[in-house]
Amino acid sequence: MTEPVLALSGVRKAFGALKVTDGVDLALAPGELHALIGPNGAGKTTLVHQISGMLRPDAGSIRFRGAEITGFTPEKRARAGLARTFQITSTIASLSVLENVALSVQARASHPLALFRNAARDEALNRPAWVAIEAVGLTERAHVLAGRLSHGEKRALEIAMALTLEPAAILLDEPLAGVGREEGERLISLLASLKGRYAMLLVEHDMEAVFALADTVSVLVYGRVIASGDPATVRADPAVREAYLGEEG
Amino acid sequence: MSAEFATIRPTLAEAALPATPPRRRPVVAIVLFLALAAMPLAVSLGLPAHWLTLVTRAMIFAIAALSLDLILGVGGLVSFGHAAFIGIGAYATGIMITEGRSEALLILPVILAACALFAAITGAVSLRTRGVAFIMITLAFGQMAYFLAQALSAYGGDDGLTLYERSTLAGFKLFANRTSFFYVTLTTLAGCYALISTIVASRFGRALRAARENATRVTVTGYDVGRIRLIAYVISGMIAGLSGFLLANQTDFVSPAFISWQRSGELIFMVVLGGVGSLHGAIIGALAYLFAEDVLSSWTEHWRVIFGPLIVLFVLFTRGGLVGIIGKLASKFGGGRDD
Repeated sequence: MTEPVLALSGVRKAFGALKVTDGVDLALAPGELHALIGPNGAGKTTLVHQISGMLRPDAGSIRFRGAEITGFTPEKRARAGLARTFQITSTIASLSVLENVALSVQARASHPLALFRNAARDEALNRPAWVAIEAVGLTERAHVLAGRLSHGEKRALEIAMALTLEPAAILLDEPLAGVGREEGERLISLLASLKGRYAMLLVEHDMEAVFALADTVSVLVYGRVIASGDPATVRADPAVREAYLGEEG
Repeated sequence: MSAEFATIRPTLAEAALPATPPRRRPVVAIVLFLALAAMPLAVSLGLPAHWLTLVTRAMIFAIAALSLDLILGVGGLVSFGHAAFIGIGAYATGIMITEGRSEALLILPVILAACALFAAITGAVSLRTRGVAFIMITLAFGQMAYFLAQALSAYGGDDGLTLYERSTLAGFKLFANRTSFFYVTLTTLAGCYALISTIVASRFGRALRAARENATRVTVTGYDVGRIRLIAYVISGMIAGLSGFLLANQTDFVSPAFISWQRSGELIFMVVLGGVGSLHGAIIGALAYLFAEDVLSSWTEHWRVIFGPLIVLFVLFTRGGLVGIIGKLASKFGGGRDD
């Protein structure tokens, strides 16, 4: 087996007496789409926050591209190639789609904080931004302010922003949450088109999407991974059925 | 960009891309600067002579308000200690003139360095906080500078310091004459406006604007938001220091009152009055504020009783300040651009 892009071992996090992450081990292989499922309150988003650096684990280690990143700030992890999207979409509402993506391109440019050159007409930023916008199907909406986009379009924009970071791994926190059926299908085919090119950790409630997309599924319950494997095995696991899938019908 | 990803590019014909929106022209700002440049002419044609002094003073405050708008309007950081930078500029000028060093080319580097240092130190501490805590810490640093000025007994202490000489610029007595002082101030203001506009439109400016709205997004995109804000804070402080230099020369006097928290509050109000984040709004706000003060105080010595409620009404009933009103009028009459 190849070396994983992202590897968690023994990650623990408690808020007071509540163990939200209770010794999680997880590995994400290059190009793998790894789905993380679990009932509400299982600690999925808390885990994503720890991987992206917004929360610091109490114990355990997070390795990314072979290096220990447990103590890294979120911006340092992003620069190392770890991109993420948010459960509640997070874009810059007053900037256009193009500017949002260009902001992301800029972060990886040689002078991300140049003081005097005009940024809006900087082709070195706009060209890669257009490519990412095309890849997520937002070309026609490129000059619309992000705040005016539909929910599904904001998700696509977040993904475009993640792509321009030239990520080695993308963390997707419930990309289908709150998205209508039609836009949901478009997002699923977008994720399918990215599959194999980027390692992705997909936190998702939509079981149909998870079983259609994932190479590997891990089930998180009360902060512990209770099962992990290919979708068919996990689906058949009795513990999983009892803890989670059963209540979904 | 990965190889597969880049291959998408050739499918994108340039002509198929939606047109980039046209550049917005700063019409209001251009009209404003032309009107200001015509002031000395208007005075020679019969406008009251003290207007020239008043407009010069307003433009000096406009420089400070403009610099405040960079962190307050663009960066979303409500600093309540911005007068400290005016004070540093004014005191550095006052002290150096008193010590016989009145050349601006000597004084200005000292001011810029002192303001940058003060901003870097106070910013590094205060920018760890946001919201009300940030307001309180910047207020505290401002008051610290105020009490420090009061304690400077060698340079007037509480009574302030009278200057018996004005600065020279490269040996020329540009600050001795009312009209040349006006034009030096106007040039400085225009230069600061051009500089800050350029910065706002730059990569740095885009990251600063984005961080005001959504710091988390900017952070996970790979930016050090704290560093971006600190750089903006230092630039802002240095520009405000320039207004202190001009103010000391215009009033021939420096006192701790320059640094009082009321002065910092006035600067915030100028920015809000003109229109937060628009830059030229800060200039319009400073002009409007000083004119209102001048007119009202000529009617009655209790002018603050009128001015206070006016401020409250203004904030309640106008969103976007004077610039917002100008924009609405422009789009009503002839569908002009609203910037």
